[in-house]
Amino acid sequence: MSEREVLELLRENARYSTADIARMTDLDEDEVEATIEELEAAGVVRGYQAVVDWDKLEDERVRAEVELNVRLDRETGYADIAERLARFPEVKALRLVSGNYDFDMEVEADSIREVSQFVSEKVAPVPEITQTVTHYVMTSYKENGIELGDGDEDDRLSFSP
Amino acid sequence: MTIELSDRVKAVPPSGIRRFFEIAEERDDVISLGVGEPDFSTPWAARDAAIASLEQGKTSYTANRGMRELREAIADYAADRFDLGYDPAEEIIVTAGASEAVDLAFRAFVNPGDTVAIAQPSYISYEPGVIFAGGEVLSVRTREEDEFRLTVEALEEAGAGDAEMLVLCYPNNPTGAIMREEHLEPIAEFAREHDLTVLSDEIYAELTYEGEHTSIATLEGMRERTIVFNGFSKAHAMTGLRLGYALGPADAITAMNKIHQYAMLSAPTTAQHAALEALDSCENDVREMVDQYDRRRQFVLSRFREIGMDVFEARGAFYCFPEVPEGFTAEEFAEGVLREEGVAVVPGDVFGVGGEGHLRISYATGLGDLREALARIEAFVADHA
Repeated sequence: MSEREVLELLRENARYSTADIARMTDLDEDEVEATIEELEAAGVVRGYQAVVDWDKLEDERVRAEVELNVRLDRETGYADIAERLARFPEVKALRLVSGNYDFDMEVEADSIREVSQFVSEKVAPVPEITQTVTHYVMTSYKENGIELGDGDEDDRLSFSP
Repeated sequence: MTIELSDRVKAVPPSGIRRFFEIAEERDDVISLGVGEPDFSTPWAARDAAIASLEQGKTSYTANRGMRELREAIADYAADRFDLGYDPAEEIIVTAGASEAVDLAFRAFVNPGDTVAIAQPSYISYEPGVIFAGGEVLSVRTREEDEFRLTVEALEEAGAGDAEMLVLCYPNNPTGAIMREEHLEPIAEFAREHDLTVLSDEIYAELTYEGEHTSIATLEGMRERTIVFNGFSKAHAMTGLRLGYALGPADAITAMNKIHQYAMLSAPTTAQHAALEALDSCENDVREMVDQYDRRRQFVLSRFREIGMDVFEARGAFYCFPEVPEGFTAEEFAEGVLREEGVAVVPGDVFGVGGEGHLRISYATGLGDLREALARIEAFVADHA
């Protein structure tokens, strides 16, 4: 149970200190630390990353959602193809999905040219891949549950009954 | 000439937090723990329904008692959630905030000279409401050693047996106290024995941590003498939409409606549409907000203990009620911490007897601000130790 609570808090804000998590859950700090270690050791928690609004930065960062269709054969399954694709550092996320295509792949690079080259030179030539459709991300409004707008000011009165 | 004020209005002193407002206005770095409303916005689905109703031109009056559909939804909700069975046709009235409903009850049931016992510390509107209705206030002190629950001893000590009416608010503003069934039973017995009408303000019912809220109206022999107040401001984060309701016996609700139909006509229509959607589809939003409040509650209680300020384990609403350190009155502490550290808190005295020496701390504020505010309070306490 405490595992679930700690996980929820980490998902809300992975930078909460163990002391703050302890205060919020009524656990000891040691228990929180042990729980986090267990979550990491069991591979439940795989990492901690910042949620970035790229539009707020000078440097360009290009992202694309790529739909992939594949043809399987007796020797090659989805997992084999996925393993091969996931090794590329340009691939930020890779998921097998239901519907009109098989894989949903997120690609990130410094320019449109880099992304295009990556897809055409590294992904499309994979023999099992029969089709790729690349969608460049134009604007992002929400990432990992966080809205990327300018946020709402707290306009409540400083005292209310 | 000057307009002559009525004696009733003159009998009510100006609000005790007015002065603090002015101090807070002078600084721009104030973190407020003085706010009695959620920091969340109304769940989007409810806002969206309100917008859609406006687009469809649904901007006329509704039935005096509120839209039939909404009263039916409230009846279902009250039954499912709190085991309160009321007939939407005759036993429910929708009002402009629960505050309006409380005022209607005072005006509908209090005769000049009647005594209204109020369990205090409590929400600041009951006392003026009684006075405006021509009644006399009898303060009944709740105590920290009882975790600010109302007790029969306190009722007897105050002489509440001779009163006509008793006002309760649990989960409590400002203390965060709750009363479980076993604590309500003796109060119900006292009310039956002394034939008291009970006004039970349960606006914070959803915000009960560790266990479920019990309404005094569900106890034996209480339904016929109790009016239950609830609304959408706190649990559904709809304060500005002004929507509440009262549940009670048909003749009592009819009497309240008599005043409501002349004074208010009907509660805001747009807000009624938002409320209908809130009951229909926003249960998960409420659960999520309650979870957040609970974490903040535990955070704030832990921090006060670390700072070395005594605080009882509040289990309801979004308040806790720590004691000020020795050498301060509540007002001195509140003014000092506002001037020196820019943290706004409300001195407990504002909420009536039993509030002195305490602060109302609202944790309806994001964790980042709570963390900073508590650090500032810690610094203030250390500076004045």
